[in-house]
Amino acid sequence: MKFKSILRVISKLLIPAIMLFALYVQFHGDFGPGGGFQAGVIFASAFILYALIFDIDTARKVVPAWVMRVGLASGLLLYAGVGVAGLLLGGKYLDYSVLADEPVQGQHLGITLIEFGVGVTVASAMITIFYLFASQSERPADR
Amino acid sequence: MTVTAFALVRLRNLFAVVMLSGIFSLLAAVLYVVLDAVDVAFTEAAVGAGIATVLMLGTLALTTSVVKEAPQKPIAPLLIVSLTGALLIFGTLDMPPYGDPSAPIHHHVAPRYIEKSGSEVGPPNIVTSVLASYRGYDTLGEVTVIFTAAVGVLILLGGGRRSRKKRRTAGKTGG
Amino acid sequence: MEFPGLFNYWIVVVLMMTGFYIVIAQGNLVKKVVGLNIFQVSVFVFYISMSKIRGGTAPILDEGIEIYTNPLPHVLILTAIVVGVATTALALALVVRIRDAYGTIEEEEIGQLEQEEET
Repeated sequence: MKFKSILRVISKLLIPAIMLFALYVQFHGDFGPGGGFQAGVIFASAFILYALIFDIDTARKVVPAWVMRVGLASGLLLYAGVGVAGLLLGGKYLDYSVLADEPVQGQHLGITLIEFGVGVTVASAMITIFYLFASQSERPADR
Repeated sequence: MTVTAFALVRLRNLFAVVMLSGIFSLLAAVLYVVLDAVDVAFTEAAVGAGIATVLMLGTLALTTSVVKEAPQKPIAPLLIVSLTGALLIFGTLDMPPYGDPSAPIHHHVAPRYIEKSGSEVGPPNIVTSVLASYRGYDTLGEVTVIFTAAVGVLILLGGGRRSRKKRRTAGKTGG
Repeated sequence: MEFPGLFNYWIVVVLMMTGFYIVIAQGNLVKKVVGLNIFQVSVFVFYISMSKIRGGTAPILDEGIEIYTNPLPHVLILTAIVVGVATTALALALVVRIRDAYGTIEEEEIGQLEQEEET
């Protein structure tokens, strides 16, 4: 798709907006509709758009596949780690009330952290899966 | 929406099938908004209409895009399907009617979430507080499932690529 | 009984059976995955339509609102959708591998190839 200049210009304009929107959804999920799952998917779709328009190899240069694999694991670890942190601070597993002085603030902190973990995992899972599907098509067909 | 689903059954061109399933997801998202589930609609629009369609198209690019004529007669499956459907519709006769506030589902834990989540957890969006706080274990499990699925895809599709790359440029790690 | 009544459940059943029919009657593996997706969406619609309360609003706390739609099914389905797409991706990856191994994604032809290998 190297020669579709309209697509390239429009997507250049759109991709930062989509990513910004993803971050908004990520951190505004407490107040309106949204949260880690949606934000991760939106972020991943911005990236997939980039990869579709500007070729998969360019995208791979921007974010190499190993970064995504690290993100995949670290998001999950962040989630579980918040649970363990609550455990160490004397609460139950995944009980956020002990994370801060006020229970409600602790809950807020915990929710923000685990939503972030969810978002990272979902986004990197989607991008990893997309990379893998895309890299299948560029290899020589063996039949 | 149902019409789209029926069109999906008949179509043989897989490209059109994939596009229609995207439309199907969007219609489902609209339905969720009508039913007050804004979070769910958001997710469905992003996931079903966006990512799933892209993945399906990727698969089509790797395989073929035309369905071959089914040799078997579709009478037996049709019979099974209509029998099961009739049984299920018979089962729905006992269900509470749509929008009924006295249905059993609204009386177990939901009232507590609605009343207490504002003071116990904080965020005005009840879905978020239930998702992340009250049902944190569930969500942890779901994230683990996503992680496992991604690892599964990595194993299925990534492994072959790496061995092939090794054959071409020996010694260079693929991942 | 007013109009919607049990109608929402019937829509769900029809959708579910459509998906089921695609899964058991179609030989093409990609189409089977699409059928599974339809089946899945029908279950989602089932849950979401159960959670609706007449006159209720979306479950976001605000002053002056008394009735909220039940948030619990929303949570369950929210995560289920994302998990659903992840498992769909896994299924599609399997389809791609099957195509690599057999050169076809039609169930019948795979069966024939297996029989030929046995004989």
